[in-house]
Amino acid sequence: MEGDIAQLGQFVGAGLAAIGSGAAAIGVGHVAGNYLAGALRNPSAAASQTATLFIGLAFAEALGIFSFLVALLLMFAV
Amino acid sequence: MAEEAHGESTGLVFHPLDQFKIHPLFGDGPIHWYTITNVTLWMAIAVVGIVALFVFGSRGRAIVPTRTQSIGELIYGFIYKMVEDVTGKDGVKYFPYIMTLFLFILFANFLGLIPMSFTTTSHIAVTAVLGFGVFLTVTLIGLYKHGLHFLGLFWMSDAPAILRPIIAIIEVISYFVRPVSHSIRLAGNIMAGHAVIKVFAGFAAIALISPVSILAITAIYGLEVLVAGIQAYVFTILTCVYLKDALHPGH
Repeated sequence: MEGDIAQLGQFVGAGLAAIGSGAAAIGVGHVAGNYLAGALRNPSAAASQTATLFIGLAFAEALGIFSFLVALLLMFAV
Repeated sequence: MAEEAHGESTGLVFHPLDQFKIHPLFGDGPIHWYTITNVTLWMAIAVVGIVALFVFGSRGRAIVPTRTQSIGELIYGFIYKMVEDVTGKDGVKYFPYIMTLFLFILFANFLGLIPMSFTTTSHIAVTAVLGFGVFLTVTLIGLYKHGLHFLGLFWMSDAPAILRPIIAIIEVISYFVRPVSHSIRLAGNIMAGHAVIKVFAGFAAIALISPVSILAITAIYGLEVLVAGIQAYVFTILTCVYLKDALHPGH
């Protein structure tokens, strides 16, 4: 019985951690969307800012990966 | 406990994370640091592939390059321009290190996409060595070049004086989280993608949804090809950014 409750907690926790992945998806979409909006307004400046775009994407995505990692740890390592 | 329950309750014939198991190539003994495992094998294949591309591909040194030579030249030019753009002229000295990192990660990622192969970069142990290596290198370069001025990286002189200590604390934390996020980003991305492919492969055993599942595997495989390249690029460009911070800590 106690093991069942612990397992329930693991699965619920892993599901809650998945919210973080969704939030990171919002962040990545925000970065890419704003880059596109800026690039269409001023296409000549777009090429020089692709590096910044990828750095921004990487930083936004890293936190989503952290929550994915928490979910994986809850499912398999605890 | 959780592992058994997971495997049985979802009815998967194999576990999605089975593909990341490390096993010795010869025999079934315990794994020591010197044991030759599948990780060793696939890292060696990556290194041999890089050497083949750059040593044998460009051996002709033709003025009109052959196909392999022009691949090598394109990669070289791409990374060289990136290092020059991000870190400036004085960062070009560290170009060989960054080029090595990029090529190793790129080859390991793409070799991992071959079916039945092993993805070395999906292990945090591998990427942590790369990430902490970059962290140590960059910190030592910064301390060697600037001495105590390097600590100006944490002290924002253009911020309001009351906020400076708070900003300094945040900057120190974010500086020491860098190697962790740097390595986990690469490993997490690669591992998540491969695990998703395996989850869909598990669904393919059910006859009713197998066509959908196979289509999904194809689509995700295409995404993974993209991710393999982008993550190698992101790892390299972040290395350049950290290097720039170490070379020019004033701003």
